Amino acid sequence: MADTISHDLIIIGSGLAGLRAAISAASTHDSLNIAVVAKVQVMRSHSVSAEGGTAAVIFEEEGDNKESHIYDTIKGSDFLADQDVAELLVRSMPFEIYQLEHWGMPWSRRENGRIDQRKFGGYSFPRATYAQDKVGFYEMQTLYDTCLKYDNIHFYNEWFCTSILSDAKDFRGVTAIEMKSGDFVKFKAPAGIICTGGAGRIYSFSTYAYSSTPDGLDMAYRAGLALKDMEFVQFHPTGILPSGILITEGARGEGGYLINNQGERFMKKYAPTKLELASRDVVSRAMMREIQEGRGFKHESGVDCLKIDLSHLGEDNIKKRLAGIREIGIKFSGIDVIEEPIEIRPVCHYMMGGIHTNINGATEMTGLWAAGEAACNSLHGANRLGANSTSECLVWGRITGRLAAEYAVDHPSVSSISQHQVIEEEKRIYDGLFRSRGQVNPYEIRKELTDTMDAKAHIFRNEKDLAEGLKKVRHLKQQAWKHVDDHAKEYNTNFINVMEIDSMLRTAEIVLAGAFNRRESRGAHARTDYPNRDDINFLKHTIGYLTTQEPKMSWHPVTFTRYAPMERKY
Amino acid sequence: MNQIIKKIRMLEKKNNQKDMTKINNTKAETSRQMVVLNVYRANTHRNDLPRVEKFQIPVQRWMTVLDALLFAKSYLDSSIAIRYSCRMASCGSCGMKINGVPKLACYTKISELQGNTITCEPLSNFPHIRDLVTDFSQFFEHHKEMAPFIHNNNADIKDENKLSEFKQTPQDVDNYLQFSYCIKCGLCYSACPTVATDTKFPGPQALSQAYRYYADTRDDLSNRRLNAVDGKHGIWRCHFAGSCSKVCPKGVDPALGIQLLRGHIMGYSRNENKIAKLRDPT
Repeated sequence: MADTISHDLIIIGSGLAGLRAAISAASTHDSLNIAVVAKVQVMRSHSVSAEGGTAAVIFEEEGDNKESHIYDTIKGSDFLADQDVAELLVRSMPFEIYQLEHWGMPWSRRENGRIDQRKFGGYSFPRATYAQDKVGFYEMQTLYDTCLKYDNIHFYNEWFCTSILSDAKDFRGVTAIEMKSGDFVKFKAPAGIICTGGAGRIYSFSTYAYSSTPDGLDMAYRAGLALKDMEFVQFHPTGILPSGILITEGARGEGGYLINNQGERFMKKYAPTKLELASRDVVSRAMMREIQEGRGFKHESGVDCLKIDLSHLGEDNIKKRLAGIREIGIKFSGIDVIEEPIEIRPVCHYMMGGIHTNINGATEMTGLWAAGEAACNSLHGANRLGANSTSECLVWGRITGRLAAEYAVDHPSVSSISQHQVIEEEKRIYDGLFRSRGQVNPYEIRKELTDTMDAKAHIFRNEKDLAEGLKKVRHLKQQAWKHVDDHAKEYNTNFINVMEIDSMLRTAEIVLAGAFNRRESRGAHARTDYPNRDDINFLKHTIGYLTTQEPKMSWHPVTFTRYAPMERKY
Repeated sequence: MNQIIKKIRMLEKKNNQKDMTKINNTKAETSRQMVVLNVYRANTHRNDLPRVEKFQIPVQRWMTVLDALLFAKSYLDSSIAIRYSCRMASCGSCGMKINGVPKLACYTKISELQGNTITCEPLSNFPHIRDLVTDFSQFFEHHKEMAPFIHNNNADIKDENKLSEFKQTPQDVDNYLQFSYCIKCGLCYSACPTVATDTKFPGPQALSQAYRYYADTRDDLSNRRLNAVDGKHGIWRCHFAGSCSKVCPKGVDPALGIQLLRGHIMGYSRNENKIAKLRDPT
């Protein structure tokens, strides 16, 4: 029988949201015994790759104001954001910027010593707080280093969580595999927070790390929790070829131009006021139109693309404020952005959807919260603004950390773990996957899946493609691919990959099902067969539950507190 | 402080020159159809005798060593144990010895390497787990021993909602910024000849982090940070081989950090007035 490890609080995932939650919980109660369990080592989570900024209103005396940040966020969401949630983000953010500053964050500064901010897409004021172009990296470092101050935070590096243990609707813990030894263990705790990030690796051309697979989303989904608004997938305008590595929106914030093969700044046709700094869904659609209408370039790999030109920003500026971008361009594209434009193309970047939570990050399971990209508290609605995701991780990391800590203090001992659930989970992963005898190469299945998502559920969608995509994904699920060739216990990444692929297939299905059902165009979800937003029928969130057959889909209302929907123009 | 800034400026210049060589290298890169990938295989827990396995890899123009390894793992032998994640040199997972030199696999293009054979081995100075994967526990412990966080007795930096700011000029930030770009990939630790003979020596990564916090005007530990590295297994064990700085993929210069720390221990004392105070931001 699997060993049991007990804690008061288990945080799954060690990215920005997870680390922020850990500090918040640890400083709420110093007697609380907190576990941070993650499939990667600390500081390897994909939060380190966030580049451009973290949005917050800190210069009210210079004309910024919180109402404007709230409105920009709601407008950016195409009015699908829960407005009370947007308000909570905006009101909490200034504190988070200074809190990080107190903990050692190397924010870029003005000459007078104050924290600086830069322009970002979709905002009415330059309010992206930045640290060169390595914001996520420095935030992660600041939070990780600060975690080391607390003796009651215990890191479990490279432990892969496989399922949630529950008693009716109460959280009890998780099952996990320690990668180094291969041992299967139970974690027991009255409270948990899922901070496992997004699922962008279900697409082929993606900014995400290889580790950004939907393990956490799928754990919740399998435990009977709803996934919400999964059809809303953000395509960032500027991923380099062929790797998909991100060029930050900060590059446009600093004044970079997008150009087509006529050398034209084409955004003036699509967003005459904001140009390159319209919201990401608008810019990415404009780019696809340019490409479809024959004004794109051909990358040497055969893929159509456009270019971003930074050369007019000047060598000094680029070296100071976009050093990381220059490094990426030189290394991964062979182009020095100081000298020439670099080829880019819209790229899968963020999932607005996730585990259905309320405004405080609470899931439908008592004792379980979710924060960061894994959660869908409906902050971003149908389209997220740049620099609002690192903000989200900080705010809801703090909120859920505090709430989970208080809950754990009030519910000190977990009475029982269902042995039945543990045995079922062992059967699922060991009999169903590890010892299964499939013939098809799981890595081929993964490639077919991600290529299908690129082809059928990209920026522009239609009923025929989505139906074909669903059919294809269901077909892939049925294939005899489940098996692990590596029979060793120790550090078996083949086994981990197979579990990841299993979760990717279920998650891809619900993205497609949500997109199929939503017969309108809103935010990042653009249907060529339903090109208009339809507030009468679809001003509501998609909810999906797992069943033994197809996902069970329903709807959930949007919270309005301040702004009625209107047409978006940039 | 001025001297430090001068040194950092010199370093920036050096890095820029390095960038230019990088660009020139890109233009002079070699192209091949196929390479042979030699992969170190062993499961230390099972007391395996190490062996080298060869894989034939079809090369594409932008292929990195990580791409080649993942091609082998996906289509030739899925049991290769390897640690990787971001594929853009930010996360620090995929450090290994490539043709004998510690490098990040995702940041090493096939076209940069000479010859038709590429040999991948686990990092030195780390306990081995399996194939290309090593154990980082001791390395992370050394980092933690440096108390790598802001300590400030005169400022309330607890996790409470407060609007207050330590002012830092861009120059104040420059004093520690380059050292804070450490991604904890372990390449410097693997290359360090002192770590190879003394595992109690904190190593270049940890020592450069000690300097990073020492040089931050928000921190008030001052001499206590210096004393912490001034022991028998401490900073004097470094004999300035400089290999740490040579292998760093992010242009951090741990050897410079160590020299600066030594300088402060030898006699410069920190001007206590320089320690920043929390103020109302406006």
